[in-house]
Amino acid sequence: MTNSTEETGIKSILLITALFSIFVIFLIMAFIFVEGWPAFADYGFFKFLLGLKWDPNNNIFGVFPMIVGSLYVTFFALLLAVPLSLLCAIFMAEVAPNNIRKFLKPVIETLAGIPSVVYGFFGLMVIVPRVRTTFGGTGFSIFASGIILAIMILPTIISVSQDSLKAVPNSYREASYGLGATNWQTIRKIIFPAALPGIVTGIILGMGRAIGETLAVIMVAGNVSQIPSSIFAPVRTLTSNIALEMGYATGLHYNALFATGVILFIVIMILLLITNYVQRKYKMDVGGGTL
Amino acid sequence: MNSVKEEIEKSGSKMSSKTSQKIMNVVFVFSGILTLLILIVIIGYIVIKGLPSLNLNFLLSNPIDSGKSGGIFPMIISSLYVTAIAVVIATPLAVGAAIYISEYSSKGKIVDIVRFGAQILASIPSIIFGLFGLQFFVISLNLGYSVLSGGLVLAIMALPTIFQVAEVTLSSVPSLYKEGSYGLGATKWQTVVGVILPAAIPGIITGVILGLTRAISEAAAVMFCVGSAITTPIFITDPGRPLPLHLYVLATEGVSMQNAFGTAAVLVVIVLAITFITNYLVNRYQEKMMGER
Amino acid sequence: MDKIRSENLNVYFGDAHILHDVNLKMPENSITALIGPSGCGKSTFLRTLNRMNDLIPTFHHEGNVYLDDTEIYDDNVDVVNLRKRVGMVFQKANSFPKSIFENVAYGLRIHGIDDEDYIKQKVELALKSAAIWDEVKDKLDQSALGLSGGQQQRLCIARTVAIEPEVILMDEPCSALDPISTLKIEDLMTELKKEFTIVIVTHNMQQATRVSDSTAFFLNGQIIEHGPTEELFVNPKEEKTEEYISGRFG
Repeated sequence: MTNSTEETGIKSILLITALFSIFVIFLIMAFIFVEGWPAFADYGFFKFLLGLKWDPNNNIFGVFPMIVGSLYVTFFALLLAVPLSLLCAIFMAEVAPNNIRKFLKPVIETLAGIPSVVYGFFGLMVIVPRVRTTFGGTGFSIFASGIILAIMILPTIISVSQDSLKAVPNSYREASYGLGATNWQTIRKIIFPAALPGIVTGIILGMGRAIGETLAVIMVAGNVSQIPSSIFAPVRTLTSNIALEMGYATGLHYNALFATGVILFIVIMILLLITNYVQRKYKMDVGGGTL
Repeated sequence: MNSVKEEIEKSGSKMSSKTSQKIMNVVFVFSGILTLLILIVIIGYIVIKGLPSLNLNFLLSNPIDSGKSGGIFPMIISSLYVTAIAVVIATPLAVGAAIYISEYSSKGKIVDIVRFGAQILASIPSIIFGLFGLQFFVISLNLGYSVLSGGLVLAIMALPTIFQVAEVTLSSVPSLYKEGSYGLGATKWQTVVGVILPAAIPGIITGVILGLTRAISEAAAVMFCVGSAITTPIFITDPGRPLPLHLYVLATEGVSMQNAFGTAAVLVVIVLAITFITNYLVNRYQEKMMGER
Repeated sequence: MDKIRSENLNVYFGDAHILHDVNLKMPENSITALIGPSGCGKSTFLRTLNRMNDLIPTFHHEGNVYLDDTEIYDDNVDVVNLRKRVGMVFQKANSFPKSIFENVAYGLRIHGIDDEDYIKQKVELALKSAAIWDEVKDKLDQSALGLSGGQQQRLCIARTVAIEPEVILMDEPCSALDPISTLKIEDLMTELKKEFTIVIVTHNMQQATRVSDSTAFFLNGQIIEHGPTEELFVNPKEEKTEEYISGRFG
């Protein structure tokens, strides 16, 4: 009998560990929302969300420039990263011989392991001066941030896309080759479309990483809180806004920074729900096909 | 009606499929080389620029003039503290959750919820963890600006990483092993401890290392929790400044670029060394297991 | 006349010697069946005929395979073009996750045909000759994955037929199908041999007797016996053949 009481005890303890992360999520949400709430309630939700001016000294808190800033750097990063990472993923999954594949895998893993501040520092010392001398201005810009973010999200998109390319059944490849298709035709017309849901998931995950990145962006973006006029203009993102001012914020300013966090949190949740939806829909399609 | 052959000749396609294949092969190889080059340039640049500062004195002495000169000893200790706290707390929680999900739960709602929870936790931007750590650990729990507060925040960040890898590893343990153990009259927990965990150890270690690398590289999540002091923390309630945060401060406040390069190089070398050593050990462990069978 | 023939063919995967001195002539507009127990090399032989084995890195071979009088392993032979001439139907129906129409159109499109009217006609013709037109004509734009296994296999045959190959290789095309679907495909084969040369690997000896004109019996990577189907089954010359066809092993 002791055995079964012991088993039940162990099972309950394990259940608690399993539910711990759910508990933490609710805790995080509670604390962020509670602290951010006054900025929505007292200052006004739309005034906060759509306000064009951020001036904490005069208690003016409009985050719209930062929302635009986050979107700009993220999309510019995707623009650079998506083509390169898809080509690289296809190269590794479909084209490269085994030894090159084995060589590139740790390369991608190492890229993913480099601390983000190191990327930011590299951007500060190498990319920003190049942008300054080539295109003028200070060099702190959407352009520089986009390049650094693109490098940072490469490994995410590459590894997720590669996994979904590999998951395409071999029978599709055989059928296509059997009809006299070339490797590239098979990739373009059969394998890539079949892997597309997974690839989209990878891109969205990369997007999430780009939106959420903080210090690397601060180091190269210039951090001026205005809607940027060109791709070489400085920009401030939602994340930078929090990190730059949290150290000295008090009162409503403190709440406004938490509210910035709330917006960030909601954006990330929406992206996460989209990836889940894509994956579930994809699985259902395949399931329907096995009838 | 034309035969396929005639029709192919008639349409005389703009570019033969063989030509486009050749062009794409070049493009693919180029993309692989470019990715490799990015890595080499970044690591090469940091290491070469940082090398002149890398000596025992730099590693073992205190910073002078808030980092203008001197070394990074307190930062190394701070990094060790926060990372150790993170791993010690996150590992049992994550592995326990993974065991529950892969061995104890009947597949259903709870599995989906826990997995989705891990996904959410893994996707939350680090700056939000920073806000949470400040409000919860530093202020509400009154742990103050300390390496303990920083370590706890990093534990939460490392949790989903370790969980996800551990779960995959545990559920890929062949059911043959489990059946063998149950067949001998072992209980579930005996089977978990005696058969499943030993078989899954390499994967679990990989997960822990991935979590550890995430913790040791993180600056944004701890910047409001550790106090950013440049003194060496003795107790876990002392404030500190981990290496990534030190690099950030040195670089953005323009304190000393030479010391910033040194710090960046140390950070890169640590992360690379951890990754390579673990990969090597895990491979060896797996070979040993195979050999004995 | 022999459409395709192998001469002293030896095949290796790495160090493993899979096929030993295989000599086989497969006449035009006829069905040649390859039979034998699992692992005897009959599928490997089939895949050598359109160079599908090239996809396996450790594959290498000695000897010759001729299509008409071209040696297909010759350096100047274009594999892509070869596979267009020698089509293949696989063991498990491997329709693409595309619409029924696009599955059949795929082969035409990859070979550069872009005349939509022509493709439309050709798809219809191919589906008709694969005896599946009536079942799918109202749902050509639906996913092929929604069809039954037997329908998918006939769709794969249509896909192969559409590009007008000269030879069709079939690798146990009915092994995953129910008896009724199997019979449909067997009927189809006897129709198709009027236009194509067919080589089929089968586990099912009744199937070999029902559809094929000549049969080759493989054992341990060698051809033990080869001849007109009726003769081989009724009056086998080799003891091993008799043992196999009477079900004593395999």
